[in-house]
Amino acid sequence: MSTCTEEKPIPGTTLFDANQARKGYALNKMCFSFNSEENRKAFLADEEAYMRKYGLNEQQAAAIRARNVLQLIAAGGNAYYLAKFAGIFHLDMQDIGAQQTGMTKEAFRAKLVAAGQ
Amino acid sequence: MAKLIGGLGTSHIPAIGGAIHKGLQNEPYWKPFFDGFPPIRDWLAKNKPDVVVMFYNDHGLNFFLDKMPTFAVGAAPEYHNADEGWGIPTLPPFKGELDLSWHIINTLVEKEFDVVTCQEMLVDHACTLPLKLFWPEGDCPVTVVPICINTVQFPLPSAKRVYALGKAVGEAIKSWDSKKKVAVIASGGLSHQLDGERAGFINKAFDLKFLDSLESNPEWATQFSVHELVEQTGTQGVELLMWLAMRGALGAAGGSRVRRVSGNYHIPISNTATAALALETVD
Repeated sequence: MSTCTEEKPIPGTTLFDANQARKGYALNKMCFSFNSEENRKAFLADEEAYMRKYGLNEQQAAAIRARNVLQLIAAGGNAYYLAKFAGIFHLDMQDIGAQQTGMTKEAFRAKLVAAGQ
Repeated sequence: MAKLIGGLGTSHIPAIGGAIHKGLQNEPYWKPFFDGFPPIRDWLAKNKPDVVVMFYNDHGLNFFLDKMPTFAVGAAPEYHNADEGWGIPTLPPFKGELDLSWHIINTLVEKEFDVVTCQEMLVDHACTLPLKLFWPEGDCPVTVVPICINTVQFPLPSAKRVYALGKAVGEAIKSWDSKKKVAVIASGGLSHQLDGERAGFINKAFDLKFLDSLESNPEWATQFSVHELVEQTGTQGVELLMWLAMRGALGAAGGSRVRRVSGNYHIPISNTATAALALETVD
């Protein structure tokens, strides 16, 4: 399938295109459900059962277990829905940024501040 | 006919909601961002719009991938905020402006923008935070018509198309049979990227050029494809589409003549290059 995202990749960037949307539907649907506090609690009470309920595949389930954002993106996750998953663990966007770039949070922050100089 | 008095723009990072809730506006981290707003509030206090049309992008509160509209126009008597999953305070509902909603919908479809219409619509932080930033005290004094533009799932609408949408919305506002004063708001941006190894990407030079273009050369950014905009501004920086829609609406109001009332640009809040801007139409 032809998409603009395959023509000219942007380094370190996965555009949420048709391929990602198809691959990640179950994972994103589960993360969308975390808008509800009741669902967040149900996930924390029994993660495996909750993932089965939403039909996550093994790649998606492994990425959820690992709390690994890059793996979640590789499994079709969309940033906006994944943010709701991160919210369960009270991670902010700088925690997420640090994890994905392999930096400490302090170093990640310093990089952002430097971008403003 | 209604009068389109100007356009406002602001970033909408969720953490702003927490900062307002905790009263952190004067903390060193937050002050450079919040300092952008008093001049804009002064202008609003003087010019008193009755209604705002809000261009924003939903982040997975109202819309999921089961049904993902490119352009959706609210036509609800009121708009409710709700739990978004990360613990920012939920705000009380905002009043809609049904006559203008339907007039915009009728005008847009007539102009071949085949929009989705929503008589019920949850609005997320991207719609609520600008209202709280521009009118921090008491009840929100304006009614709202939210217009949601997809930035979640590609393909996104092109910059050129979004600018044209904004222009059509501006024409609808100007032809609305009402004595009310209307302002348009852009919620989002500027450059930022939350996801991938490129997380933390910010492009100050491009942002500043874009902000300048809104005054003097509003169609400048329509030369870029969405892919190029992501490359220049980050995966979420593409929210600058909201600003183009806002500016498109003003172009219809006063030729392309606008006057900059106030502007502010600050890096970073969270992972984002932030901006606050007010442009007034010049007759």
